[in-house]
Amino acid sequence: MSETKIVDARNTFCPGPLMELIQYMKRAEVGDTLELLSTDNGTVNDVPEWVNKVGHEMVSSEKIEEVWHIKVRKTK
Amino acid sequence: MRILVVGGGTGGTIVANNLARRLAGEIRSKKAQITMLSASDQHMYQPGLLYVAFGQMMPDELYRDQKSLLEASIEFHVDPVERFELDQNQVRTHSGKTIPYDVLVIATGSRIVPEEVPGLAEGGETFYTEEAAVKMFKALRAFEGGNVGIVVGVPHKCPIAPVEVTFSLHDYFKTRGIRDKVHIKYHYPINRIHTIENVAIWAKPEFDRIGVEYETLFNVDEVDAKNKVVKSMEGTEYAYDLLIYIPPHRGMEVIEQNKLGEGGWIPTDRSQLKMQGYDNVYVVGDTTNLPVSKTGSAAHFEAEVIAENIASNIKIGSAVRDYDGKVYCFIEAGHDRATYAMFNYENPPDLKPPNQPMHWFKMSYNKMYWTSVRGLL
Ligand SMILES: Cc1cc2nc3c(=O)[nH]c(=O)nc-3n(C[C@H](O)[C@H](O)[C@H](O)COP(=O)(O)OP(=O)(O)OC[C@H]3O[C@@H](n4cnc5c(N)ncnc54)[C@H](O)[C@@H]3O)c2cc1C
Repeated sequence: MSETKIVDARNTFCPGPLMELIQYMKRAEVGDTLELLSTDNGTVNDVPEWVNKVGHEMVSSEKIEEVWHIKVRKTK
Repeated sequence: MRILVVGGGTGGTIVANNLARRLAGEIRSKKAQITMLSASDQHMYQPGLLYVAFGQMMPDELYRDQKSLLEASIEFHVDPVERFELDQNQVRTHSGKTIPYDVLVIATGSRIVPEEVPGLAEGGETFYTEEAAVKMFKALRAFEGGNVGIVVGVPHKCPIAPVEVTFSLHDYFKTRGIRDKVHIKYHYPINRIHTIENVAIWAKPEFDRIGVEYETLFNVDEVDAKNKVVKSMEGTEYAYDLLIYIPPHRGMEVIEQNKLGEGGWIPTDRSQLKMQGYDNVYVVGDTTNLPVSKTGSAAHFEAEVIAENIASNIKIGSAVRDYDGKVYCFIEAGHDRATYAMFNYENPPDLKPPNQPMHWFKMSYNKMYWTSVRGLL
């Protein structure tokens, strides 16, 4: 069963949103979707760049009330 | 009021000492009692390991007897916890004791798991344990030239360590007069050379100046120790002669076995530092799941908030402070210059150019640490 896990990386400069996402992706199961919450505007470019390079899948990305919600599916 | 602190490292020691002083009257009149359980009778100053790896400190300089660091009123036992029975407000220890509490502080730290990356431990050197730091120093001393690769596991404690070790490697080989025979390449997991943007902005021209090459979006996936090649999840690789790694970490096994948190990281409230779902359980230091650097500095600031709130709860029935995510990190920019980064949840660090006085301040802090964990600084 795949599930969506929330990774709350709002207001963090270190380790920062992408580093948090990588950490959780390593522990997730193939097929899981992770939803990253971030208040850092750079995240909206940083995450797809990494996801595409590794070969995971970008599901969606939207800003709701100053918080980015970025969904990524683990594919391998 | 029985207060139990599990873990006698940076966070646990500061919580216990700070509380012992705040509650001196209550302890004397037997209204409060502080017990600490740890896994070792020794306390290690872990940041010193970086200096051991470059032959600048000896391992025995990093240790003190844990008991000597604690206020006399704290009951201390070396008896690691094996079971956390949070719903019964008790823990069970290795020696078979059941210890009840009214307030629990979990401060068990983190552990390195290089084995999560195939070949990493066999193929590389690191400085995250005493034994490894000594071995790394011997490897550096024997090195006569070639490709040095630095790779970084995720997550890791001390996020400044990757840049510090890189500057130190440059200075070490320069001092030995072989820098021109050494090619240093730094690899980092995300798309800039440090996760803190201002550190990345500062370090990049410094790396350019000292001739350190860098590759970003490099998550170490596998090391072919026989052929000396390190490969990334992103599909790139580097042929090394000497590989230096920052190991990936997890929380302690006991945390995972007791299902307190995935990966050994305990879900923790950001400002009150309580374990989610438990009003009488606090979490401090590396073992929290907070998006805060896993550093002694974060553990220190968290510990002060926890101690103040446990004490104020006893005295006036209310917490008085929130943790704001504060971290203060020295950054060694080689063997004779340093700077620092101070930040919290809301404010990023503003980096100053490195200078020599800051390096000497860090060298003094290496000694002052013992005063700091006693709660005197
Ligand atoms: C090479 C290196 C360099 C570093 N440099 C810096 C730096 O420059 N600045 C900085 O701020 N930080 C630095 N750090 C990080 C810092 O040392 C840690 O983040 C800090 O020690 C965390 O404190 P803690 O209390 O969470 O855990 P620790 O200090 O690791 O303490 C954990 C304690 O829990 C005990 N324990 C474990 N299991 C059990 C159990 N089952 N029952 C009871 N007790 C248990 C252990 O014996 C230990 O006493 C560095 C670390 C390393 C390795």
